[in-house]
Amino acid sequence: MNMTETRETTAQPPETEKEVLLDIQNLKTYYPIKGGFLKRTIGNVKAVDDINIQIKKGETLGLVGESGCGKSTTGRTILRLLTPTEGKILFDGKDITNIKGNELRKARQDFQMVFQDPYASLNPTQSVGDIVSEPIRNYRKVSKKSLKPEILELLRRVGLPPEAYDKYAHEFSGGQRQRIGIARALALKPKLIVADEPVSALDVSVQSQVLNLLKELQGEFDLTFLFIAHDLSVVKHMSDRIGVMYLGNMVEVATNKSLYAEPLHPYTQALISAIPETDPKKRKERIVLQGDVPSPANPPSGCPFHTRCPMAKAECAEIKPALKEVKPGHHVACILY
Amino acid sequence: MVRKTAGQNETPLLEIKELQTGFKIGKNYYNAVEKVSLKVDRRKIVGIVGESGCGKSVMSLSVMQLLPQGIGKVRGGEIKFEGRNLEKLSEREMNKIRGKDISMIFQEPMTALNPVFTIGYQIEEVLLNHEKIDKKEARKKSVALLKSVGIPRPESIVEEYPHQLSGGMRQRVMIAMAIACQPKLLIADEPTTALDVTVQAQILELLKDIQEVNDMAIIMITHDLGVVSEICDEVIVMYAGKIVERTDVMELFDNPKHPYTQLLMNAIPKMDEEVESLATIEGLVPSIQKMPQVGCRFANRCPKAMPECTQITPVLAEDEPGHEVACILYENSKQPERVGDR
Repeated sequence: MNMTETRETTAQPPETEKEVLLDIQNLKTYYPIKGGFLKRTIGNVKAVDDINIQIKKGETLGLVGESGCGKSTTGRTILRLLTPTEGKILFDGKDITNIKGNELRKARQDFQMVFQDPYASLNPTQSVGDIVSEPIRNYRKVSKKSLKPEILELLRRVGLPPEAYDKYAHEFSGGQRQRIGIARALALKPKLIVADEPVSALDVSVQSQVLNLLKELQGEFDLTFLFIAHDLSVVKHMSDRIGVMYLGNMVEVATNKSLYAEPLHPYTQALISAIPETDPKKRKERIVLQGDVPSPANPPSGCPFHTRCPMAKAECAEIKPALKEVKPGHHVACILY
Repeated sequence: MVRKTAGQNETPLLEIKELQTGFKIGKNYYNAVEKVSLKVDRRKIVGIVGESGCGKSVMSLSVMQLLPQGIGKVRGGEIKFEGRNLEKLSEREMNKIRGKDISMIFQEPMTALNPVFTIGYQIEEVLLNHEKIDKKEARKKSVALLKSVGIPRPESIVEEYPHQLSGGMRQRVMIAMAIACQPKLLIADEPTTALDVTVQAQILELLKDIQEVNDMAIIMITHDLGVVSEICDEVIVMYAGKIVERTDVMELFDNPKHPYTQLLMNAIPKMDEEVESLATIEGLVPSIQKMPQVGCRFANRCPKAMPECTQITPVLAEDEPGHEVACILYENSKQPERVGDR
């Protein structure tokens, strides 16, 4: 590791048993705000503001946070659907931060995405066979016909009947459409899949089918997941490690177990306490946060959470805490620790 | 304003008997709600749970008489509010009840408010419609209402437009509008589904407070068992237009009887449990046109289905005191349907 001097805040101890697949260093993604007569940039929406995290091979990293916290922007930046403002993205040891054109196109074979809305993410004018085989046809000169056995196998694997091949997206239910989206993401046998709220548009019974499927596929296809969701119980079920984001910052990273057993950051504590209890006997006094998330165009000084934090002190408005390891594998960005 | 405690034999606030609501597809009507009966007592929070398409929203629209005209229609049964049959009221009489005695909040706080009017105007409209007050008083009252639902600086928010507010704030405005005339019944159709968890917790807390202060009953329509367990007293589980189980909230979570309810509970990942794979319900809800006319509607997806399930239509009946279920695994559900039921 030759980057150690800039990496005090890294979310993972550098030496681990598994290989690192994705390494994000000081990533910032800003959306410019244009204004005035000449449409000059008059400010920035700091959607992702300096985050560091690593994902190891075969691992599922969950990202949670409320709307507008930057979790989707993080996912999209990693896939290079957005270009980061600053920082580095190392994928499988290769710097993909600023690659362009053909190089980027080639690199993308290894990372794919599953989208939130199965109604909007499938082309209504293409048959399922076309949709699922398109990624392969983009990279290899092969006819649709010769790919058919491969596609049928993929469809079978995600739990769709062979008849699906010639049908169109509108003929399927939400859960089945999400399966089509998953088959498309798997078509190129990628190493990393970014799943951005893959089940939030689905009913609970269907949601559990899709979650189970993703877990099975992970073992079978040797996949690494970045799993983005706002539902903490879903993220907990899916992930090995979880990163909690607030206003573009990573406030806590820990293993699934220790995050829920012992949340350290006041925001994580509030977030976990806000989840409705599925046992009416355990109705609890909860930490109810006041107010709304501040605008990322004008984030508060110091700790981004201090405006709503029940434990905020005077210094919180001045010092922006860095993510540091307070227990083995448990990182938190809060001056209380 | 304060209503007296309901005696046991007082008429229930809302009583729905054998409601059938149908939608027109082509030339025929198909029932989205099939013989649903339920009672809501004063000051109770009743949860209606079910997945998309189970008829829970259609039922609430039937109560409000807000079904899409010419497409949706109440085809049988009665809806009685404080003993008055809502079906028999004229549009004018219904308008007096809607928004005053029964009001509703919707899932989408983004689309349920009118973007071209100020927040104040929209709340005042409700007040001016139902109460004999002038504009000045209405403005005062709407500021007070906004304050009571926890909106900061209500004096300036009344002048603002919906797009200037966040999702949680808009839902608070919706609640302020809904409680403006102190309704006796509030129908909340997925009020927190579009919101973040921390905001959801705020809104549920607020609804509970208002329910206590205003002495109102709430029908809470949701797909989220967590929301049900948080605030409801009584729960009704619906599947494919029918009630499959009804009991109080503690009993439901302790002892779910219907296989559908059991699966639904095991399909959600729990915070304090570690499971490798979640329960799933294979297959799909039959479409409204292909609904089986005889037998249990859940039979094609039920892991406990027996051959009889497609022949006997289960009846919602008490299996234990206060716990009703419609499944032939329980003896009482096997009674033959009453004559004229179909």
